[in-house]
Order: sequence, then structure tokens, then C-alpha cells
Amino acid sequence: MKNSPALSLRIPEPRFRPGDTVDFSNLNIPEAGVAPRPPIDVSAKETRDLAYGLIRVLDKEDRAVGAWDPKLDIAMLKRGLEAMMLTRAYDDRMYRAQRQGKTSFYMKCTGEEAVAVAQSMVLHRDDMCFPTYRQQGILIARGYPLVDMMNQVYSNAADPMKGRQLPVMYSSKDYGFFSISGNLGTQFSQAVGWAMGSAYKGDDKIAAGYIGDGSTAEGDFHHALTFASVYRAPVILNIVNNQWAISSFHGIAGGEDAPFASRAIGYNLPGLRVDGNDFLAVYAATQWAAERARANLGATVIELFTYRAEGHSTSDDPARYRPAEEAKGWPLGDPIERLNRHLIALGVWSDAEQDALHKEVVEEVRAAAKEAEKNGTLSEGKRPSVETMFDDVYKEQPWHIRRQAEELAALS
Amino acid sequence: MSAPWSEVIDPDMDADTEVIPRMNMIQALNSAMDVMLAKDPNVLIFGEDVGYFGGVFRATEGLQKKYGLNRCFDTPITESGLIGAAIGMGAYGLRPVVEIQFADYIYPAYDQLVSEAARLRYRSAGDFWAPLTVRSPYGGGIFGGQTHSQSVEALFTHVAGLKVVIPSNPYDAKGLLISAIEDDDPVMFFEPKRLYNAPFDGRPETQVVPWAKHPLSAVPQGYYNVPLGKAKTVRAGEAVTVLAYGAMVHVALQAALESGVDAEVIDLRTLVPLDIDAITQSVEKTGRCVIVHEATRTSGFGAELSALVQEHCFYHLEAPIERVTGWDTPYPHAFEWEYFPGPARVVAALRRAIGA
Repeated sequence: MKNSPALSLRIPEPRFRPGDTVDFSNLNIPEAGVAPRPPIDVSAKETRDLAYGLIRVLDKEDRAVGAWDPKLDIAMLKRGLEAMMLTRAYDDRMYRAQRQGKTSFYMKCTGEEAVAVAQSMVLHRDDMCFPTYRQQGILIARGYPLVDMMNQVYSNAADPMKGRQLPVMYSSKDYGFFSISGNLGTQFSQAVGWAMGSAYKGDDKIAAGYIGDGSTAEGDFHHALTFASVYRAPVILNIVNNQWAISSFHGIAGGEDAPFASRAIGYNLPGLRVDGNDFLAVYAATQWAAERARANLGATVIELFTYRAEGHSTSDDPARYRPAEEAKGWPLGDPIERLNRHLIALGVWSDAEQDALHKEVVEEVRAAAKEAEKNGTLSEGKRPSVETMFDDVYKEQPWHIRRQAEELAALS
Repeated sequence: MSAPWSEVIDPDMDADTEVIPRMNMIQALNSAMDVMLAKDPNVLIFGEDVGYFGGVFRATEGLQKKYGLNRCFDTPITESGLIGAAIGMGAYGLRPVVEIQFADYIYPAYDQLVSEAARLRYRSAGDFWAPLTVRSPYGGGIFGGQTHSQSVEALFTHVAGLKVVIPSNPYDAKGLLISAIEDDDPVMFFEPKRLYNAPFDGRPETQVVPWAKHPLSAVPQGYYNVPLGKAKTVRAGEAVTVLAYGAMVHVALQAALESGVDAEVIDLRTLVPLDIDAITQSVEKTGRCVIVHEATRTSGFGAELSALVQEHCFYHLEAPIERVTGWDTPYPHAFEWEYFPGPARVVAALRRAIGA
């Protein structure tokens, strides 16, 4: 006789769908300042509470508190604020450009600006970031010309990628920004390999890999953590948990029952779970991981707990799968607003200065867009030279590609 | 009856070289890696079981001991992971030479090879590239069943951005591998494992003659290269052109011998970029063409060769182009020799091609 219940399949579902009232009160958010900051040679298993907790620095009164306060000077804080604001203004402009038909596609990082900006300020320019498509803040924080980013998005005559890549798939070796693939997860193990290269050569450069919460389900995540652990690679493995993979919530990638940072422990890598909307916490955690990597102590996994405030890309409408007010209800707020309030709390900043800076960055982006559009947009004006379409497949063009170039040229 | 390789012409060898050691293909590959590890500190070797043990086919034997752990080491069993790491290292400025233990195991790495290694230079407009060499034993004739016998080359010749190289003898194996390692593009280097220890004419009942008896086992110990993209005519003939690579070169020579057909046998050596001039010159002369490979027929590399021959030589052709290939089935363990395209099938194709 069978007395056990029938088996049932669990299909995870997010707590809120369109029409539901958003209530994040169930979310366990520890107070700022309570997480201990261990020495960089801590053993992986001693980071368990950090992997399951949440490192936060900015408290309710907008003060920086606790052991993780990186104690940045005012100039650094203002630099961070400006880079985040510039990133947001850039995103807004390019999003509109897509809506105006000037390009085919765009992806914003709204709400996640602290991740890329704070991290790129910690890392050296000759370290290598292996970003996903939502870390444009790295280039912006490092002063890469906005015009060149726009040229790429427009696939115009001055596009540094010569019109070969989907918009936002930037590449710049000079700025420590590896060519973005668009295939999810693949670059996680490449970041580890790059870091192994630095260690092999006895250099002091480190790498930073990026993967989304959804893509942690890819095998590449496992490959990267295995290699990073086995070969003690000087790399920071960042999981940007923005809660949503297009329309699938993080629970579909297994993030509900155990935080993504906790994956690290089984690989004997320290795992840090960080308030990704807290500029200071992101900075401090990255600094800790970078010091560890440079001290030849190996890799660190950082889960940046944030929220994708807008759609995945210009190709989806998030109101179709989550409540429109969910972003506003996100209990960890907005990274720009929080850093702004912190500077005000420090007595070195004001709302008026914030407004002025906002106008300044919007104008900077506007001027850059004007400049970029002189080189054409996807819909009109100059394009990259079509002959270059056949270059760079190989270092030297083989005969069969040369013939195809001639075949195309003969049509014109 | 003389052995087919006694008809080898122009073996690319320097007759003045003093004492040239005899090497089988494994030893020649090992020697290539040895030479390159000594020559270039940016060359490093890794893969499953390649370190202390020296690889399941012994291709990396002794290299870890000679050059140290950093230069030749074992990896976890993750083909995708090790290719991903190699791409990162290549982008750093190293020249990784990785082994995929069997070509049959390469599929987990396909995404890294196709979407990443092959595309990196193009998508970054030359900003980044990954000069990695992927060595992998392929092909049948060893009773390896369907997971140790496959010929996967066409999956890679189809990918813009990859080069594909297949040697047929120890001399070429070393020279081509050195060229592959020095090449700034990703190179897929497939090694016909049936030829590792001896040539093989496709007749399993024949007594194995070791490489030492073959002229192309005379392999200089030091540095030399065989350029990529250059085919080699291994038997001159007038009646029909045979295009082959890997183990099939030896099968084709045996078939020419057995059939008495005056075949011109071309060892392609590099599939991408292909030496189209060598092919067209020969087919324009003979007017007939037989293509031989171990891989399955449909969408195999023979299909590309056949298309190219008709595009380039249509008005010289006097007979339909013949393809002798593996059958369109997985490689069956019990039917090794019914599956493996041996000399009997090539002989029949040669006769059809000349209308005999």
C-alpha cells in the first residue's frame, strides 16, 4: 500500500506579476555596517555569512558605517556620482535614439550604475574587465569618449567596431574592456584564462569577469569557478543579480533558495553578497577582492544584489511580466540617489548642485550625440566602408574571402 | 609490388641534414611542442591528462618534466572550460596549445570555439585575438566505436575565423604544428590517430609497417615549418586527381597501386585556407576527380571540395566527381572495416571516374 504523497513538480514563480501589489517586506535586508570585514587571506568557508548576508555601507541616515566603509575622499565620491549620472544620461539618450529609429537596439543599465562605475574605479586600467552588455559604466567611468560609444551604437562611419557588432557590444583593449560577446556566460571562463595568463607571466594584472543571475545556470559559470579555484587565478568573478533575465525572475536560475554568492563556497572561493545599489559597498567589496587577487590569494566571487529598473532591452516591455511599480518599490533604492544623499549628509553637496550636475551631463551627452550623428546613424548618413566587411576574419585575408569581396564589389 | 610511398615525390626534406632521426607521428608532434616550448616562453600546453602522464596518446610525454608544471599541465575535464581559458590566455598574449583528448569530445567546446575564438578578431575589429592551437586526435580504424572514431573537421571548416589543419605523416605533422602554434589565428589541428604509430593503407589484414620504414619519418630534431594553406602532390599521375587528407592519403595511394589507375594524389594538409591552385592545376590536367574522407558524406568537407572543383574546373571535367566517404551513420563498433572507407571503395571510385 502506498502511503507517501504523490510527487509534485515545483515551477518557481516570482512573488508579483502585473496587477499584483508589490511588497518586498519579506526580503531579508540586514542593516548597513553589520557585516564583518575579514582579512583578505580568509578561508572560503569562513565567508559563509557574507555569502548569505548582504554587505551594506550606507545606512538609513545616508551615513557610511561599519568595517566595509572604504573611506573614500570627497573627490572620489563626486567622481563616482558624476560617472553614474553620465551613464544614466547616456542610456536615456541612446534609448531615445533607438526609439527614433537611429539604431536597431539598445540596452540600459538603469539602477545598476554603481556596479560598473565603482568597480572600474577600483581596478587599474591595465586590468581587464570581461563585461556583459550592462557594464557600459566601465567605459564611461574611465573616460572613454562618449562619441565613440555612440558611433558604435549607430554602426556609423566612425564605429570603432566597423559596423560588425550589435549596438552596445563595445571593445577597447586600451580601456581594459574586453570585446563583448552577446553569448551569455562564455566570457566568464575567458576572464579566468586572462588572469591565469597574468599569473603565468608573473605580472600584477588582474581580471574581472561578469555574468548575470540568469546566466549562472550556464556551464561556463561552473567552468570558470572550477578553473579559478584549481589554478588560484587572480580574478574577480562578479554575478550581477539584477533579479531579472529578460522575463524570467532569478528563481528560475535557482537564486531563491540559496543566494548566488553561496555557490562560491563549494569551489573553495570566498563569496561576498553585496548591496549593488550602494556605491560604497560595491567599491569596498571590489577593493577587498582586488587586494586578495593581487596578493596571489586567488579569486573572489561577488554577487552584486541589484535591480534591473528598466526592460532587458529595447525589444521587451517589462510591464508584460512584472508590475510596473516594482522598480520603484525596490527596497535598496537607487544608486545615484543614495550617493547623492550621502554627499548631502556629509555636508559637501546640495540638491542644487545635483541638479546642476544633471544638466551638465545631459548637455555633455547631447553634444556628443550631435557629434556622433555627423558620422551617420544606422538609418541614415555615412556607414563604415563595406570593403572592410571582409577584413579581420583572419589576420591575413585568405583567397576565398578575397574572392567573395570581389564578387560583392563587382555588383556596385 | 613496391610500397606506395616509394613513389613519394619531393618530400620537402633537406638532403644535406646530417643525421635525421626517425620519428613516428606522436614523436614528431612531441618534438614540435618541445621545439616551440624552448623557442617561445609564451607557448604553454594544457589539456586533460597531458601533464605528468603525457597524454593518453603520449603526445606530450616528458614535456612537463623538461619545462616545468607551468608550461605543461593537466586541466579539469571540461573542454569548454579549457578552451575558454585558452581564449583568455591568448588574448593576454600567450600561445596556448591545448589538447582535446578525442575529437569526439570537442562538442562541449563548440560554443567557445565558434562564438568566441573564431569571432574575436572580427568583432573587435582587430583589437583582440586569440592565437590558440587546438590539437585533437580524430578518425577511425582503431575500433574506437562512435565516441572515439569521429571525423569532425567539417564542423570547423564551416566556421569563418578558424583554420583547419590535418597532417598525414610525421614530417608534416611537426612542421604544420609549428606553423599552427606560430599562427596568429585559432587553428584546429586534427591528428589522424590511426597514423600515430604507423602508416595505414586501409587494409587491416596487412602487416603493419612502422613509420621508421617510411621516408617521411625522417624528422629533423630542430625547428622547421611546413606552411599552412599548401597542399602537396604525393603521387603524380595523369588519369584522375584524388583529393585526400589524413589517413585517407595512404588509402588513396594504396588504391592507386591496387587499381593500376594513374592517379594524382593530393594531400590537402590544410582544409582552411585551402590550396585551391594545387587542386585546379591537377584537375585541369586530369579532367577527373575523386574526393576521399573518413567523415560522413552529407555536408562533409567533400561537398565543399566537389563544389569548388566544378566551379573552378567545370569545362575540364570529363566525368562526374566521385566522393568516397564514411557512411551517414554513427561509427559502428562491430563494422569498423565496412564503415572505414578502405582501398576497395577508392579503387571502385577510381574506375568509375575513368569510365573503366
